Amino acid sequence: MLINYLKIAVKVLMRRKFFTFISLFAISFTLVILMIGVSLLDSTFGPGIPETRIDRTLGIFKIEMRCPEEECTWISPGGYKLFNRYFQNLPNIELMSLSTEADLSYSYHQGEKIPSYLKRTDGEFWKIMEFSFVEGGPITTEDERNANFVAVINTATRHKFFGDQQAVGRTIEVDGQRFRVVGVVDNVPYLRQIPFADIWVPISTYKTGLYRDQLMGNFIALIMAPSSADFPAIREEVQARLKQVEFPDPKQWNQISAHAETFFERSSREMTGTPAREASQPLRAMVLIFAAIMLFMLLPTINLININVSRIMERAGEIGVRKSFGASSWTLVGQFVLENVLLTLIGGAIGLILSRFALDAIAKTDFFPYASFQLNYRIFLYGLAMAVFFGLLSGVYPAWRMSRLHPVDALRGAVQGGVR
Amino acid sequence: MTTTSAAISQPLDTQAGVELMIRLEEVEKVYRTDRIETVALTNVNLAVRTGEFISIMGPSGSGKSTLLNIIGLLDVPSSGKVVINGRTINSYSDRNLSRVRNEEIGFIFQTFHLINDLSVQDNVEIPLLYRRSMTGGERRRLAQEALDRVGLSSRVHHFPSQLSGGQQQRVAIARAIVGKPRVLLADEPTGNLDSQMGDEIMDLLEGLNEQAGTTIIMVTHDPRQAEKTERIHRLFDGRQVN
Repeated sequence: MLINYLKIAVKVLMRRKFFTFISLFAISFTLVILMIGVSLLDSTFGPGIPETRIDRTLGIFKIEMRCPEEECTWISPGGYKLFNRYFQNLPNIELMSLSTEADLSYSYHQGEKIPSYLKRTDGEFWKIMEFSFVEGGPITTEDERNANFVAVINTATRHKFFGDQQAVGRTIEVDGQRFRVVGVVDNVPYLRQIPFADIWVPISTYKTGLYRDQLMGNFIALIMAPSSADFPAIREEVQARLKQVEFPDPKQWNQISAHAETFFERSSREMTGTPAREASQPLRAMVLIFAAIMLFMLLPTINLININVSRIMERAGEIGVRKSFGASSWTLVGQFVLENVLLTLIGGAIGLILSRFALDAIAKTDFFPYASFQLNYRIFLYGLAMAVFFGLLSGVYPAWRMSRLHPVDALRGAVQGGVR
Repeated sequence: MTTTSAAISQPLDTQAGVELMIRLEEVEKVYRTDRIETVALTNVNLAVRTGEFISIMGPSGSGKSTLLNIIGLLDVPSSGKVVINGRTINSYSDRNLSRVRNEEIGFIFQTFHLINDLSVQDNVEIPLLYRRSMTGGERRRLAQEALDRVGLSSRVHHFPSQLSGGQQQRVAIARAIVGKPRVLLADEPTGNLDSQMGDEIMDLLEGLNEQAGTTIIMVTHDPRQAEKTERIHRLFDGRQVN
C-alpha cells in the first residue's frame, strides 16, 4: 500500500513541477529560518562543551535589592561578599563556584590594541565547566587562594598574541596586568554566556580588594548538585540564606531577592522580563518561543494548504476511483497526508542542506563570536520533526476536504479517458 | 408502481429457494438545491438474483447511472431500501460502506477511470490495497491472475496512455474482478469502444457471469449488447417502464 502511495506521490510531484518547486521553496526556506533559530537556541541552551553538566547546575545570576519604601530597586549580579559570606557550605551540593561576567579589556601587543573578554573565576569554576584544553590546564583553587597571576586563554587569543605557537609558560598583559598562561582552551561560543570569555584569570588578581565588601557586583554563583533531584532543596536553602543577609545601611537598602535557577530559567527570565524577586517562568518563555515559531510557520502553511487543495482537487477522479473500490475517507486522508509529509521531507532535506550553508555563513560573521552552528544529530532531529509537523499541518485540511468529496462527484470530475 | 420483472412484483419472501443478490425497494432519489428539486429516480423496485446478468437501458438523463450508483453504494437514495447480499445498507457508516464496496462490488466505467500515473499492474491492485491482511506478493499474484483473465498479462508494466481503448477497458475489468466481487456494475462499458472491441468486452463479461457466477448489472445504450443479457430493465424519466 505504502509503495503504491509513494509511487503516485512521486509521479504527482514530477507532473506539476512548478507547484512542486513553489512548495519545496516555501518548505525549505521556512525550515532554513527555523533551523537557524533552533541552532541558536541549541548552541545557547543545549548541553555542549564546556557546559556539559548544566543539567545538574544552578546559578544565581541576578540579585534585586530594594529600599525600605520599595520605591527604588537595584538589579545586578551579586557581589563577592554576598556569596562568600552567606552561601558557603550549602548542603546537598557538589561544588559552588564564583566567577565574574566577561568584561571587555584591552591589551597592547606589538603596537596593536587587542580587545578581549576577560572573566575572573575561582578554581571550582573549572571543575563545574568542562573546557576542552588544547594546552596546559585550568586555574586552580591554589591559584585563586594565592592570587597567582595566571591565565587560561582561548585559541583565538593565543593566535593574536603568539601566532599558533605554544602559549603555556609565556605571559600576556591585559589591562595593565601581566599573567602567565597556564592553559589554552578551545574557543567558547559567545552564546554560552556563563563560561564565555577570551581570557580567564583568578578573581583574586583584581587590582583592588574592594570587591570583597560588596553585596552587589558582577559575580555569578554556580552551584553543581549531585543531580537535578537536589534542586528543590538547594533553592529552598538559597531563600533561607537570603533571609540572613545583613544590610550595611538598612535605611538605604533593606530587602534582597534572588533565585537559584537553571540556565534556561535564566534566559527565560530575560526573555519574559520577569523581575529577580519573582521566580522565572520557563513555561511562559517556551510558550513564547513556540508561538513565535507557529506564527512564522503560519503563512507558508496557509500557502501550502492552498496549493495542496488545488493540487488534490485535480485528482478528484483518482479519489472517485479509490472510493469506488473501497477506500474509506480516512484511508484517503492517510494517503494524501503521507504524500504531503513526503513532500515536506524532501523540502526538509533541501532545507537542511541550505541551513548548513546559512549557518556556516553566519558563523563566519563576527555577529556571534566563536559560534559553531553545527548541524548535529539533535538539530537534524529538530529539523525532521519540524518538517513532519509542517507536512501534517499543511496536509491534513486539504486531505480532509478532499476525502469528503462525494464519490459520484469525484468520478464526474475525472478527465475523459483517464484520471489525472 | 411499474415493474418489468415478475420476480419483483412478488413479495420477496415468496421467492423460496432463489437467492437474491440485490434488492431495491421503493427507491427514490431527489437532488435538492436552494432553488430547484430534481427527481432522478421515483419508486424503483428491483430484485437481482445471484449470478444474473441484467441490463438497464433508457435515454440520457433517465436515471440509469444514478440507479447504478445507488446499487454500487456510491450514492444514497433519498428514500427506500437497498439490500445487498442480504444486508440492508441504508444506515451503514462510511467505513462499512467502503468495506462492502471493496469486498462485494466491482465497477467498470464507460471512461475506464484508470489512474494514468500508475502502471497496469498498480491500477489493477487498487481494490486489494484496502484489504488489510493482504501481502504485496499476494496482491501481485491476484493482479496477474486478473490480467491473465482479460488477456493482458503481457502489459503489466505499461501505463494506461500506452494502451488502446479496448485494452484500457480490459484493465478496468481486471481491476473490477481482482478482488473477486460477487457483483459487477458496468456503466456503459462498451460506450467508448468500436463495435468489435465492444463485442470483445461483452464476451469477457459473459464469460465472467457464466464461469465465475458473478452477478452483473450493466447500463447500456446499445440494444445489441443489452440483448445478450438475461433481462432488460428500462428507465424513463426516473421511472421503471415496460
